Amino acid sequence: MADAINEKQSEIKAINKIAFSQRLKEYKRKPLSLVMYLIVVLAAALSIFALVFLIVYILVMGVPHLTPDLFAWEYNSDNVSCMPAIINTIIITLLTLLIAVPFGIGAAIYLAEYAKRGNKLVKVIRTMAETLSGIPSIVYGLFGMLCFVTAFQWGYSVLAGAFTLSIMVLPTIMRTTEEALIAVPDSYREGSYGLGAGKLRTIVKTILPSAVPGILAGVILAIGRIVGETAALIYTAGSTTGLVDGVMSSGRTLAIHMYMLANEGLHTDQAWGTAVVLLVLVLGINTLSSFIAKKLSSKK
Amino acid sequence: MDKFTIKDMNLYYGKFHALKGVNLNMPKNQITAFIGPSGCGKSTLLKSLNRMNDLVEGCKITGDIRLDGEDIYGNIDINILRKRVGMVFQKANPFPMSVYDNIAYGPRTHGIKSKAKLDEIVESSLKDAAIWDELKDRLKKSALGLSGGQQQRLCIARALAVKPEVLLMDEATSALDPISTGKIEELCLKLKNQYTIIMVTHNMQQALRIADNTAFFLLGKMIEYGNTDQIFSNPREKETEEYITGRFG
Repeated sequence: MADAINEKQSEIKAINKIAFSQRLKEYKRKPLSLVMYLIVVLAAALSIFALVFLIVYILVMGVPHLTPDLFAWEYNSDNVSCMPAIINTIIITLLTLLIAVPFGIGAAIYLAEYAKRGNKLVKVIRTMAETLSGIPSIVYGLFGMLCFVTAFQWGYSVLAGAFTLSIMVLPTIMRTTEEALIAVPDSYREGSYGLGAGKLRTIVKTILPSAVPGILAGVILAIGRIVGETAALIYTAGSTTGLVDGVMSSGRTLAIHMYMLANEGLHTDQAWGTAVVLLVLVLGINTLSSFIAKKLSSKK
Repeated sequence: MDKFTIKDMNLYYGKFHALKGVNLNMPKNQITAFIGPSGCGKSTLLKSLNRMNDLVEGCKITGDIRLDGEDIYGNIDINILRKRVGMVFQKANPFPMSVYDNIAYGPRTHGIKSKAKLDEIVESSLKDAAIWDELKDRLKKSALGLSGGQQQRLCIARALAVKPEVLLMDEATSALDPISTGKIEELCLKLKNQYTIIMVTHNMQQALRIADNTAFFLLGKMIEYGNTDQIFSNPREKETEEYITGRFG
């Protein structure tokens, strides 16, 4: 009896599975959909190809030059080590985030939670933030040089660089945080107010925790921009080769280091090696941040 | 004893006159139900009782609403008012935290820090909401993983955890299956000994089953208010009769 049923089972042909020949016939009836299909497949393939080609090319050109010398503590004209630049990059990134994240999140909380909907000021701030995020970074560099380096007399310094970068990434952090806050369902707010919680408690205990993944996504974007930035830094943080010894000293980040090496034309091989380091660094930061975001959101 | 007294209350959303001259007294330790077609203002009235309408922009209220004789739109602490008048919403809205933290949210808000005390409140609230047996082994699990009916009873437990005097229920069973609805109705009947319950419902059978008093609303006006049995068996107004016999709405 059971065998009979099994036999029948295998005879059944699933009607929800479409054979390739059937699909072909379908396309014959509607040739336009075949054209559409081919176009989107081509677009996807080309995009992926460009990305893979870029990464493979950098790896092929750079990996052979990843010698221990490249990671020596000391930079000198014989050995253009990128170690000081790696550390400088980390310092500038942290300093920039330290300045930009509190302001960005604070501004976003004001826009999303405190400002009245349809408030004119909110619209102005939003438009300005969008405009700011579209400005070429060399303009930020020029501003940073005139304002922080010259007018404030900070000179070429990590501090001037970090402030310039903060202004540059502030709109990104603000906008993504605001989006994340707006995406938190109103029912959470109602629930919290309904239990007698005030505004502060509702925001800190309910809304911000739910928005953390979105906020972190904005911070990751900002880190990507900071690590990859050259134009805004070259006239603010300068391009001194050594390790920085305080916020008022000048220092080059990895991206500037690479730019200088390629520009001088004497150490092109090391420039490729630095490119690999930069690539790995950005990849590492992204992986770490998304791991943290996942940890934070699954904890709830 | 009347818990809530509403006198000559009018409510406007901008230019829209949403509630027109409402007069209503709701007795203590009884269930009062608001019925009426969609958009008649019954949820709006409910939300005025714990001032959730304050969050709606352009909402203007006139008249007099008193809780135990105290003017709730006068000089009082809104957070304390919302602690005294708890609310359960149409769609279950547990916070994205563990079951335990959901229940403890309210008590923590009002300053209870001791772990032992919180444990006790969580247990007694879940027991009051008749969901302790189902959840006692998953207190540390996320509340978002519960079924719809469990989530709604969790929200009731969460509201009870701050020891309110009044429980407002805004169509709290409309998104639930008949079994979950039955459980919540049973719960209401049990809870009314300790709390005053005011509920909005689209389900007239529900009002008939559990409410002591029923108010019928139409287009922002309270048409009729009285003992539930009288409203359903012998309505005074023609509109009430037409609504409950299903001729419109």
